Amino acid sequence: MATLFQGLPSSTAFSSSNKFNHAPAPTSFSERKSSIVTVRSDARWSPVLNSATHKPQRLITNAVATKADSSLASTSSKPGHELLLFEALREGLEEEMERDPCVCVMGEDVGHYGGSYKVTKGLATKFGDLRVLDTPIAENSFTGMGIGAAMTGLRPIIEGMNMGFLLLAFNQISNNCGMLHYTSGGQFKIPVVIRGPGGVGRQLGAEHSQRLESYFQSIPGIQMVACSTPYNAKGLMKAAIRSENPVILFEHVLLYNLKDRIPDEEYVLSLEEAEMVRPGEHVTILTYSRMRYHVMQAAKTLVNKGYDPEVIDIRSLKPFDLHTIGKSVKKTHRVLIVEECMRTGGIGASLTAAITENFNDDLDAPIVCLSSQDVPTPYAGTLEEWTVVQPAQIVTAVEQLCQ
Amino acid sequence: MWISKTIFNHFKSRLNFTPNYAPLSLLSPRRFASTIAQNPSTFNSIHDANQQVIDFPGGTVKFIPEMRFISETSPKRIPCYRVLDDDGQPLANNFVQVSEEVAVRMYSNMVTLQIMDTIFYEAQRQGRISFYATTIGEEAINIASAAALTREDVIFPQYREPGPLLWRGFTLQEIAHQCFSNKYDNGKGRQMPIHYGSNKHNYFTVASTVATQVPHAVGAAYSLKMDKKDACSITYFGDGGSSEGDFHAALNFAAVMEAPVIFLCRNNGWAISTPTSDQFRSDGVVVKGQAYGVRSIRVDGNDALAIYNAVQAAREMAISEERPVLIEALTYRVGHHSTSDDSTKYRPANEIEWWRLARDPVARFRKWIERNGWWNDMAESELRNSLRQQLLHSIQVAENIEKPPIEDIFNDVYDVPPSNLREQEQWVKDTIKKHPLDYPENISA
Repeated sequence: MATLFQGLPSSTAFSSSNKFNHAPAPTSFSERKSSIVTVRSDARWSPVLNSATHKPQRLITNAVATKADSSLASTSSKPGHELLLFEALREGLEEEMERDPCVCVMGEDVGHYGGSYKVTKGLATKFGDLRVLDTPIAENSFTGMGIGAAMTGLRPIIEGMNMGFLLLAFNQISNNCGMLHYTSGGQFKIPVVIRGPGGVGRQLGAEHSQRLESYFQSIPGIQMVACSTPYNAKGLMKAAIRSENPVILFEHVLLYNLKDRIPDEEYVLSLEEAEMVRPGEHVTILTYSRMRYHVMQAAKTLVNKGYDPEVIDIRSLKPFDLHTIGKSVKKTHRVLIVEECMRTGGIGASLTAAITENFNDDLDAPIVCLSSQDVPTPYAGTLEEWTVVQPAQIVTAVEQLCQ
Repeated sequence: MWISKTIFNHFKSRLNFTPNYAPLSLLSPRRFASTIAQNPSTFNSIHDANQQVIDFPGGTVKFIPEMRFISETSPKRIPCYRVLDDDGQPLANNFVQVSEEVAVRMYSNMVTLQIMDTIFYEAQRQGRISFYATTIGEEAINIASAAALTREDVIFPQYREPGPLLWRGFTLQEIAHQCFSNKYDNGKGRQMPIHYGSNKHNYFTVASTVATQVPHAVGAAYSLKMDKKDACSITYFGDGGSSEGDFHAALNFAAVMEAPVIFLCRNNGWAISTPTSDQFRSDGVVVKGQAYGVRSIRVDGNDALAIYNAVQAAREMAISEERPVLIEALTYRVGHHSTSDDSTKYRPANEIEWWRLARDPVARFRKWIERNGWWNDMAESELRNSLRQQLLHSIQVAENIEKPPIEDIFNDVYDVPPSNLREQEQWVKDTIKKHPLDYPENISA
């Protein structure tokens, strides 16, 4: 897939929260371009589009943020170091593996190959084949293996090459991983982390574009988090590994090459907290993972039109951080949820229910939820794009909500 | 694994080719050998007494000009290892002797299991517990396998193996608590009867799902290996369980990972109403071992000494050679699948009776220990009476104990109950306070 930067008219950062403005973002187009553009999976370079010449009316979408996301909540004055999101995941993983010898990784091609998305690159050489285990192709069974190992004292991180493949592991995840701590009367704990890339990529086909958070959200006994920036990726990875509960960490295929600056010193984030991306007054926009970037792009347009959206990356998909969300709803009284899940039974559906139940009196308008349609993700690029919520739709929804 | 080592050594000596790689760690020889195989320039087909040979990934294979299909069956079935005949007489003297103490303990536990099953089954029929599944006919597998292991070996049961728990000291009272799911159940009333689990006995909680425990055992073995413990894991499953995908993947994994795990299949002929002829068309389960590169043996499951010998040997191999072992114990499920089943609907009653009486593993072992002078009729009736009393008492006690408190609905879902669960708990408690008559008395709110 390509993570191609396509030029935005303005070269400034996304509207940043005033609190976190610090070092000016790189302003030149070429500078940004060189840090993000990658080769497409079909090995062709996509021409750098001056898309104005192509389809003048189309709001150009950008899957990936382009520079230092100012939601970087690092309060440190140190410059930190720059890296890509998958490297941040690896850094978190590596630090935890160094810290605790019980931490191990298992999955397909995670060993010497370094993982399909290079999250585990170099770890097998460093920690040995036994701690970074290549498994045969049997997701249900290597998830089961991880559960057995966890019950016997290890802390495995189970990687699904693509989240969609973990559908095969549903039995072990639901009936055993989520359940055995409970059914054993608390005698056996299962501190596993199940992670992998999911979401709609660039023309990966329906089977590789699954949003498993919809299916898993009902399983009692597990926690679910979704990372979206290098900073929260590393922090959530570390928190997930240290948690005594099974945690599913959702990564997104298109966010792996996101570059950002993260602190040098160690930090661990909370698994149950949402992230305030942009404080505002008019409307609360709740989102997570890749859609955060679509929302922030729409936010730019909205600001230009005079709106003041509050953007929250919910991060914790199970349980929801109703404290942060509630505070926001009480302030703005309008909620827009932007998700990549299907309309039926997705995270948005649950979030809508949770907010309505808890904060109905604070709402001035019904909650609007923008989701993907209830269709398998088509392969054709144009069709695929229309199954994912685009910034233009977000802008329209906010305008309607704020009437 | 040995094939790759052979290629590697072969090339090392023939071609003076010293690879530049890290010291032979656990898995690198295999990796390296497979990359040699893919490189055609380092060798050509080797002539070996007129037979052509070539390296495909995975090792050398010989060519033959005839198209030969491997038959789907062998002319002979894999033979079955047994130590005692039907009359309890040793067939040979080449078995590991069991001391009087161990033998009597094994026998007592087998009788305990038998009586426990009978009484709890009756209790279910009387409506005192909701469900039960017996192990009748499989007492030898249950007890003798446990006797051959140490307390450090971790057990992953299916649901027809309470024997190892009894062997390791789980009391009949604790069994009763679990079946009645009262507040003393260490599973806190969360699972159906017979779904025992005990951390301190290294016996992992039974899950109703079939064969999911098989990969768990492999993972546990991997963990034991990483910690370099002198212990193995063992997992039990039935003939039906061997059809699940988890079984196949687990055997495969264990072989690839060289994990010290014993796979013990209780081939008792029936998966609820499905006979083995409808379950698989292979020669039972033992032949599947070799397909995955797993050493295997077929054992008479109703012969306690054969099981004891085989499991002991398997344990030694598993730990010292770091390999999985598959044991297929042939036996017969004398009881119904569970109290929800009436097996006379799908199999003849006289078949069941024949196995119950003529092939009873408990009676067979009894003959052997009696012949050794270690047991007699008086000991027998004393034991059986005492056990009956104990069991009836345990049941009575367990029946009258309170059920677990409301909090136990919400605890242990996570390590610490999150706010939404605490809210839900409060809601339940409030509802009970408002409508106390609608809720049973013996739950504490």
